Amino acid sequence: MVDTDTPAAYVAHAVRSYWLIALLWIRAAMAYPVSFWTMLVGGVLITFLDFVAIWLMFTHVDTYGGFTLREIALLYGLTSIAFRVADMLVGSVEKIGQKVRSGDLDAMMTKPVPVLVQLCADRFELRRLGQIAQGLAVFAWAAPIVEWTPQRLLVLVVALVSGVVIYFCVFVIFSTIQFWTTDASEFANAFTYGGNTIMQYPMTIFPREVVRSLTYLLPLAFVNWYPCLFLLGRTDPFGSPDWFRFASPLAALMLVVVTTLVWRQGLRRYRSTGS
Amino acid sequence: MSGPLHPQISLYAAIATRSFRRYSTYTAATLAGIFTNSVFGIILSFAYLALWEQNPSAGGYEADQAVTFVWIGQALLMTVALWSGGSTDDLAERIRTGDIAVDLYRPVSVLGWYLAADLGRGLYHFTTRGVAPAIVGALLFGLVTPSPAGAAGFLVSVVLAVVVSFAVRFLFAASAFWLLDATGPRVLLSVLATFFSGLTLPLNLFPDGLRQVALALPFASYIQTPADIWLGRHTGLDMIAAIGLQVLWAVVLLATCALVLRAATRKVVVQGG
Amino acid sequence: MSLIEVRDLSREFTIRKRAGAFRRTSVVKHAVHDLSFDIEAGEMVGYIGPNGAGKSTTIKMLTGILGPSGGSALVAGLEPSRQRRELARRIGVVFGQRTSLWWDLPLRDSYELLRRIYRIPDQTFRRNLEDHVALLDLGDLMDTPVRQLSLGQRMRGDIAAALLHDPEILYLDEPTIGLDVVSKGRLREFLRALNHERGTTLMLTTHDLQDIEALCDRVIVIDHGTAVFDGPLPSLRANGDASRTLVVDLVDEASPIAIEGARVVKVEGPRQWLAFPAGASAAPLVAQVAAAYDVADLSIHEPDIEDVIRKLYAR
Repeated sequence: MVDTDTPAAYVAHAVRSYWLIALLWIRAAMAYPVSFWTMLVGGVLITFLDFVAIWLMFTHVDTYGGFTLREIALLYGLTSIAFRVADMLVGSVEKIGQKVRSGDLDAMMTKPVPVLVQLCADRFELRRLGQIAQGLAVFAWAAPIVEWTPQRLLVLVVALVSGVVIYFCVFVIFSTIQFWTTDASEFANAFTYGGNTIMQYPMTIFPREVVRSLTYLLPLAFVNWYPCLFLLGRTDPFGSPDWFRFASPLAALMLVVVTTLVWRQGLRRYRSTGS
Repeated sequence: MSGPLHPQISLYAAIATRSFRRYSTYTAATLAGIFTNSVFGIILSFAYLALWEQNPSAGGYEADQAVTFVWIGQALLMTVALWSGGSTDDLAERIRTGDIAVDLYRPVSVLGWYLAADLGRGLYHFTTRGVAPAIVGALLFGLVTPSPAGAAGFLVSVVLAVVVSFAVRFLFAASAFWLLDATGPRVLLSVLATFFSGLTLPLNLFPDGLRQVALALPFASYIQTPADIWLGRHTGLDMIAAIGLQVLWAVVLLATCALVLRAATRKVVVQGG
Repeated sequence: MSLIEVRDLSREFTIRKRAGAFRRTSVVKHAVHDLSFDIEAGEMVGYIGPNGAGKSTTIKMLTGILGPSGGSALVAGLEPSRQRRELARRIGVVFGQRTSLWWDLPLRDSYELLRRIYRIPDQTFRRNLEDHVALLDLGDLMDTPVRQLSLGQRMRGDIAAALLHDPEILYLDEPTIGLDVVSKGRLREFLRALNHERGTTLMLTTHDLQDIEALCDRVIVIDHGTAVFDGPLPSLRANGDASRTLVVDLVDEASPIAIEGARVVKVEGPRQWLAFPAGASAAPLVAQVAAAYDVADLSIHEPDIEDVIRKLYAR
């Protein structure tokens, strides 16, 4: 029927399967239109109020960590867009533990589509577009403070793509832990949602060790901090090398390698315990 | 239910105990949750320290009070089930599946049953996911400690926080009687609760007008009121007034729950589920 | 080469147990231990055993969900744990208590998705859909959301879903659990036809021994991770001390019948039950009884398969 796949055909089939499954879930969600739209609006509101809190902080101060409100909006917008896009595309991977307990993971393993693809596409939630829209809105509001040049535009686009990849990896890495402890799904939240939260603030408010960790251990600073320094034409108060500002794809690539190893190890663990 | 008070109380105590035990079986989940609460506590502490460094008396708090506020927020977040997840989730699920009809015909108050279960859950979350991150916060940042009266008032206020939050969640979950699917209202509720409880920012930092409205809403009972009692911002008569407002909300909301439940019972009887 | 070849297949699990506040001890459990069997193309095999005997562990190893810790398994010439996705295109799996269909969508949409992820050629898909939908009586349900289907309808929907890509092997895990008598009957009929007409190999685990009686030419009984019986159904009956029963209705009440080669196990008025070895012929017994007593009626009862299996487990 189907010959052994070439790598290209394999990836193509995986991507197509992802969208087909996602599309089904979108249609399933549309079976409850009221719920869909309330959730979408709720998503916009919840993230909107999240930014309002930062804005309210600025009724008590003029600058925060040496940054103006719009500069922070730029940081906030960039991490939010990347995080929310990743969350929409692969956020379901958080449910590994649940899928293990219910046996759904076994069923996924008997289908000719990579398990990770099925997990990520499962319960695809189009309503998360609302949260992405909020990130875009905040970013659009901040954008005029940047003196846009072709280079800066390029850095922005590259940073956005890398940011999505970085958050994708964070979701997968920390969800994979559930292969060892199936009911510890909340652990991942500290790094996914926690990561997005910490990146909303300028790094200047954190101790040097925190910033180092976010550069070398869990390279979230490459999602928005380093690229934004370039967009704003600022020097890094922590004195990092200039090339860090363009290193987002490198950080993303390295994280992809780590993620692949961790995921394989997790799946191997599952296949030797079955629980 | 005109029976003697005694068996009623022991019944509710049994329900609460069972609920406490049910949550205590998920050790890994609890540890993961404590870790996550601590991480968020640390992030917010730095965020607040930077704010108070610029404006040392913002909202009338000192910097160490502001940091303490953060950790109280993290401690109460799960205790009051701010983002749902208590016995009211079971309620929503039972309404969806129709199993609720069984509850409605039981010779026990449905409201009392679910409240007892939620209090049992709250006690578990307070002693684990409340206390543990607070210790982390105290070790890392040093927290403000309350006076004995403040501590006592805080505990009373926390119990009321759970009751108020329960009643609000109950009402939103009960919307499933009419809407079939209560996930939409649930999201809306977590939006409101997150913002108006003081979790993202203490309500006292809100601008005039919005602040007064926010402080009067039931969500203020979740975190803002207990935190202010702990921090000594409400003392004496002021503390009694703050707790009084919580009691008022608890009574009004529970009464509304009872009315809604009566309407729902009629609906279930008429439509057969 | 057989379609399924299992050689000395083993699977151990290390179970950690709490032995105090901080101490933990670990116990090694042999879920499957040195299991060997072959299944030829076109067979219908019942795979039975008590809970925890290793049934689902075996199925998981044969589908590639679990890797073996010893021995080997070869399914359709593939090594399941290494070639899981390739194997997936050649097998169908139905888990009785779970559905792989999309809850809020009509059956048609789930099938359409499966067509694409299994890359089923259009012609094959159309033919299978027509055949199975007709035989499983799903025609009127194609546009009904899965959540509105009854358990029996959903099970039929799931089986049709597992067959769309023409699998050579169909694994069924408790396919009739929770179904009413009529649905069970229909399902068995369908599976029999599938096997006869398409030659699909069937391997099913079940607690319902009527499934076995209705479907399987061969039974593998597993207990504590090893096969305690592997053979055709009649010889499972003949196995061990299983016995057939001759029920004699006498004209008048009498003292227990004394005849060589049989013993009375029960007397109820003029009716008496005589047990005799399953391997022995009934003819000489009947002749002896008829010669010695006034007989009103006679009947022979086959041994109850449940009894037989219970005896096997007890050993």
